[in-house]
Parts: sequence; C-alpha cells; structure tokens
Amino acid sequence: MTPTLLGRWQSRLFVLATAGLLWTLLLTPLLPVGFATTRETYAGTFAAIGVTAAVGLVLWEPLYQFLQQFRWEKDWPAMFTLLEGIPEGVVVFFLLRDVLGFDVRATPFLIHFGTTWLVVFLCLHGPLRVVSVRWRFRAGRLL
Amino acid sequence: MSTTDETRVSAPPARPVWDDRTPDLPDQLQRTPVWTDELVAASGIPVVDVPFVTVGGGMGSFTMVDVLRIAGVPTNQVKVLTNLRHPWENYAYLTGVSQLPPHYRIRSDASSMPDNLWGFPSYAARRAFHSRSVSGFIAPLWNVLTENVLTDYWTPLAGEVFEGMRREADRIGYWDCVAHGQARMVRKRAAGGYFTVFTTQGARKQRIIYRSAYVHLAVGWPSIRFLPDMQQFRSQHGNGYRFVNAYEPHEQVYDDLVARPGTVVLRGGGIAASAIIHRLLNDREKLGAQTRIVHVLRTYVEGPHGPSRFMRRRGKNGWAHQGFNWPKASWGGQLKMRMERLEGEERKRLWETLEGTTTPYRKGWQKQLAAARRDGVYTTVAGVIDRVDRVGDGRLGVVYRDTKGGGLRSLDADFLVDATGLIGDLRSHRLLNDLVEVTGVDRNVLGRLDVSPGFEVRSARSGSGRMFAAGAITEGAYYAPADSLLGVQYASLRTADQLAEMGFGKRIGSGRSIAQWWRFMRGVTP
Ligand SMILES: Cc1cc2nc3c(=O)[nH]c(=O)nc-3n(C[C@H](O)[C@H](O)[C@H](O)COP(=O)(O)OP(=O)(O)OC[C@H]3O[C@@H](n4cnc5c(N)ncnc54)[C@H](O)[C@@H]3O)c2cc1C
Repeated sequence: MTPTLLGRWQSRLFVLATAGLLWTLLLTPLLPVGFATTRETYAGTFAAIGVTAAVGLVLWEPLYQFLQQFRWEKDWPAMFTLLEGIPEGVVVFFLLRDVLGFDVRATPFLIHFGTTWLVVFLCLHGPLRVVSVRWRFRAGRLL
Repeated sequence: MSTTDETRVSAPPARPVWDDRTPDLPDQLQRTPVWTDELVAASGIPVVDVPFVTVGGGMGSFTMVDVLRIAGVPTNQVKVLTNLRHPWENYAYLTGVSQLPPHYRIRSDASSMPDNLWGFPSYAARRAFHSRSVSGFIAPLWNVLTENVLTDYWTPLAGEVFEGMRREADRIGYWDCVAHGQARMVRKRAAGGYFTVFTTQGARKQRIIYRSAYVHLAVGWPSIRFLPDMQQFRSQHGNGYRFVNAYEPHEQVYDDLVARPGTVVLRGGGIAASAIIHRLLNDREKLGAQTRIVHVLRTYVEGPHGPSRFMRRRGKNGWAHQGFNWPKASWGGQLKMRMERLEGEERKRLWETLEGTTTPYRKGWQKQLAAARRDGVYTTVAGVIDRVDRVGDGRLGVVYRDTKGGGLRSLDADFLVDATGLIGDLRSHRLLNDLVEVTGVDRNVLGRLDVSPGFEVRSARSGSGRMFAAGAITEGAYYAPADSLLGVQYASLRTADQLAEMGFGKRIGSGRSIAQWWRFMRGVTP
C-alpha cells in the first residue's frame, strides 16, 4: 500500500467497522472463555475492536506515516501491515485489562485479535479494491 | 525511460506506411481548423457516427475500452482506431527487442493489471492458484508478502500479461470495436465534438471520417530515440549493423558476439540496459561467448542520492535502483497527491526529482554483475559519448568525455548499443503535430500535452465534446507514471468518470464495481 495519513485513518476505520465487526460477531460465541457470559465476552471483543481503532488513530497510524517518510518509495509493504499486529495487540491487551478494567484472558484475546488482524490484513490487500475501484489510486481514502 | 532533454534529440521520420497511396486530403479541409458538417460532406469522404473514438489501440486504448465496458457502454458506441493487430503488439515488440521476451519478468507489480481494473486477485495470486505444487503455490504469495523488505518486488512475466489481456479482450468484446488503419488527424467540429480522419489498412486503402463527441488519444511514444551521433554515423557509414538502438531489432549483435570475441559499449542506465547486459552475460555463460562490456553512464551513481533524508534513492556502482520506473507512491500514494497539487515550476521540479533512469535491484542480476565485474568482463565508466568513428576492420572508435576527469578518452568496440530510451516530442507524430500546429492545443511543463488531473486535453474542448489523452504524451502533467500499465488504467478510470458525469456510461460506484467484478471473475460479458 501507499497510503497517506488520511487514507490510513479511513481504511482502518472502514475495515474494522465492516469486516472486523462482522468477524467479531461470528467468532465471539466460539471463544474459549470458560464461565463468562456471552454478554461479557461480546463486551470484551467489541471493546478490543474499539480500542484498536482508537489507539490506531491517535498513536499508530501517525507513527507509521512518519516512518514511511524515510522510505524513498513512500510505500508500506504488506509485511509491515501484518507485523504491526504484534505491538498493537500487546498495547490493546494491557489497555483493556489494566486501564479499562475488562476481564480479558490471554488465550481468547489472542485468538480473537490475531484472526481479526488477519481478516483486516486480507481485506486491505484486495477485496477493498472491489468495494471501491478508486481506493488504491487515492492513497487509501474512501471519501 | 523518459527524458526532458529533447534538444539533443532528432527524431526519425514518421512511420512510412501512412497514406502514401491515397490522395491527400482536400485542401479545403487541411486549411480549415474547425470543420462544419457541410464542409466534410462536400469532401465526399464517408462519415461514420460513433460517440467515442480512441486512437492508438495499444495498452491505453485497451484499458479505456475495458473501463467503458465495465461502466456499461455497449461495444457499438466505441471505436478503436489502430495499426496494431492486438493491443499488446507494440509493447511486446519493444520489450522483445530490448531483451525482455515473454518469459521474462516485466517491471510492474502484481496488481498492475491491464486486464483487471480491480487488480485483485493479482497476478501473484493467479500464478499461485494455477500452480500444481505446494511450493509453487506458496512462493508467489510469500514473495508479495515480503516484497521490498526481505525479497525483491514480485513481478509478472510479460507472457502472463498478454495472456490475461487476450482473455479480457474476448470477454468484453474488444475485437468488435477495432478498425485497422492509420488515424491521420483530429479536428474540432463546429457544432461540438470532433472529426477523426482515418485511412483503412489493406490492399484497398479507404478514407473514413469518424464523427464523435469524445476522442481519446493513446498513441504511445511518438517514436524511438535516435541520438544525433547515431544518425550521423549511419548517414556517413550507411549501416545500422554495429551502432544500434536498443529499441530496434539487433539480434545480429548477439549472434556475432557468440561467433567471435568482441567488445560492446552500452549507453544508458535503465531496465533496457540491465536486460541487454543480462543477455550478453547469459550468452557468455551458456554459449561460451567471449564478450567484454563497457558500460558508459552519463550520471554515475555512487550511492544513495537525493535532495533530503526523506527523498533518497538507492544506488551503487553507477546504477540508480528503484523497483519500478517511478517511486511506488507515484501511482496512488502521497507522491501522486503532491503532484496533483503542484503547478508550473514546482511541478517540474518534482518531476525532475522523481524521474531519472533507474533499474530494479534484482538479486540474480546483482550477483551476475558482481561476478562479471570481478572477472573484468564488465566495466563501468562515467562519461558522455562525444563521437563515434569507424576504425580498422569496420570496428567502432568511441570517443567519450570523462565526466569525472573531464578529458576526452577513446576506446575501440565492435558494437555500440544505445539504450537511452524513447522520445516524446509531439512534433514527430503526424496527428499530434496537427493538434499542436492547427488546433493549437496547449503544452505542459515538459512540452507534452497539457491535460487536467483527469486527463482531459483542456485546450481542445469543442462544445459539449471532450478530448482525453493517456500515456507518454501526457508526461509533465499531474500524474508521473502516466506511461505505465497501471498509469494508463488510472487515466481510463478518470476519463470514464468524467464521461459518466456527461451521461456516457455509468459511474462505477461500489454496487456496480462489486457486480462487475463478480462478472469478471466468472468470465461473463460485462
Ligand atoms: C521496453 C519497455 C518496457 C516496459 N515495461 C513496463 C512494465 O514492466 N510495466 C509497466 O507498467 N509499463 C511498462 N512499460 C510502459 C508501457 O509499455 C506503456 O505505459 C504502455 O504500453 C502505454 O500504452 P499506450 O497505449 O500509451 O502505448 P502503446 O501500447 O505503445 O500503444 C500505442 C499505439 O498507438 C498506435 N498509433 C500511434 N499513432 C497512431 C495513429 N495515428 N493511428 C493509429 N494507430 C496509431 C501505435 O501503433 C502504437 O503502438 C514499458 C515500456 C517499454 C518501451
């Protein structure tokens, strides 16, 4: 991808709000969460999506965009997008557990966050261009 | 492959096949810049009405027709005027002679797909799913995942591109739109729209005038570049055997060098130069040729270079390295956005920063080059060729100015291959020359056609008629990679969007896009 900051923001929000939410909706009841109620689990997974979106907007995307400036091609290779999931996941996990006070466990979180990240990653590298033919020529902007 | 340095260039004459057996156009038409229907009728030339005409019939016309079909335009509303048998003919010819035949990798990424507006699934995915082995499935996908980080960019083979285009052409009914021949000129119509004068191909040449609301120009490069020293050498010594251009057939060079040892001087630092060196070194390895290569580079690149920490390009051993002809973000990233916002001198400066002759860094090529350098088979010199003489046995005496030391030096060679590129001078193309001289269209900061960010030739508006252009003739406007596969596709999309606003075809919004993509995937007509 060759995004601008605006494109990064829009793409992140759009894909999380569509494919990310849909995937979460389907996956959450299947997570190994022991005795937690479905309601509690959904609260946790939806919060994870929300926090991923929010932290991405204010912290990660501006940081990535800054780092991109050191690249002559002004591109953002696919592998970077995939690997971003690691630091982002760690931050989201601790924010949820230690700051926002959710009762999140490592294993279900890992399954949910990891697979959602993969879904988002795949959407960004193909299907999104079907939804908007202009997306790839507009630096990731949808609007 | 582009150049702004047009003062040194003199163009070969326009291709000779034109109109020579048909009487020239009536004087009355030639002299009148804007034609009325009556004037045209009086000439007796048959007139054919069609809303949209695209001149060229190469890659740019193909993507244009493809996008229009996806936008819902029927085939009988579009005419392609071309001297090519199929849209990739000229591309295949130029890449072939410059040593990038169909089974070689081209220089664009997995989703630069003239046959697929969405670029998804990409060539890499296509290759993966056609493979019969697990490693054949994983390799291309792993490569696109790690490209430009752990691996070089994944690039398709030329043959894969042609094959995909053939399939798409069949799907959209492209062949029904084509008329074979030569477009002679485009003139404005007094009541709006345009007239395009066309001479059909074949034994009986016939002249036809197409009357259309819209004209799209995708005529490619006006001509290949013959530098003055080459022209002079040829006119003095009368043959093109030893001093050749990379973009004309020159197999004799390779044949001769396999038959006997020799030295080749190569000029130019782009992908054609890389491909030619690769061929020469392969001939050494596989056919036992004893060739020595001297590579003359006008700008010898010592290392990473650029105006600032944030604009620095890789380079080494004389070459500038970059994945594609332009930095990746020129197609649809921040560099594209920036170019669109700039005017005049500022835009020209950005063009100059981004362009420059580069070649991709491919590990295989680098290894081969390093070995050849070690063996003394391949040497680079920083210099500009000053003149070429004929010495004993018909060999060449190449005199060059050393750009480091400044002095003149000479070396003897068996062959000189000029791989410095093609030229974009509008005047060397008859139809474009007519547009500039008679219709008076504006030129941009690099002297090519001045088009809007949406690729409209703004100064050629004719009532409710619109003229658009794509490809090399628009370089210098608002889109750097205009002359690339993805670039001509982008131009087509922008053009189709404006046409849709005027009621020709429908806008490709999300709904249409998804529905059409599904039709594409199933291989049914748009
Ligand atoms: C050696 C080489 C390698 C390249 N490699 C790549 C690559 O790897 N990736 C990439 O993205 N791009 C590549 N390009 C660029 C790419 O080929 C061009 O961007 C693309 O072909 C442009 O399409 P076009 O329609 O403008 O021109 P063309 O495909 O050349 O078609 C224009 C055609 O119009 C016809 N024509 C001209 N005037 C008239 C007339 N008056 N009447 C009728 N017909 C006319 C001519 O026959 C001409 O062939 C390469 C170019 C070259 C030369």
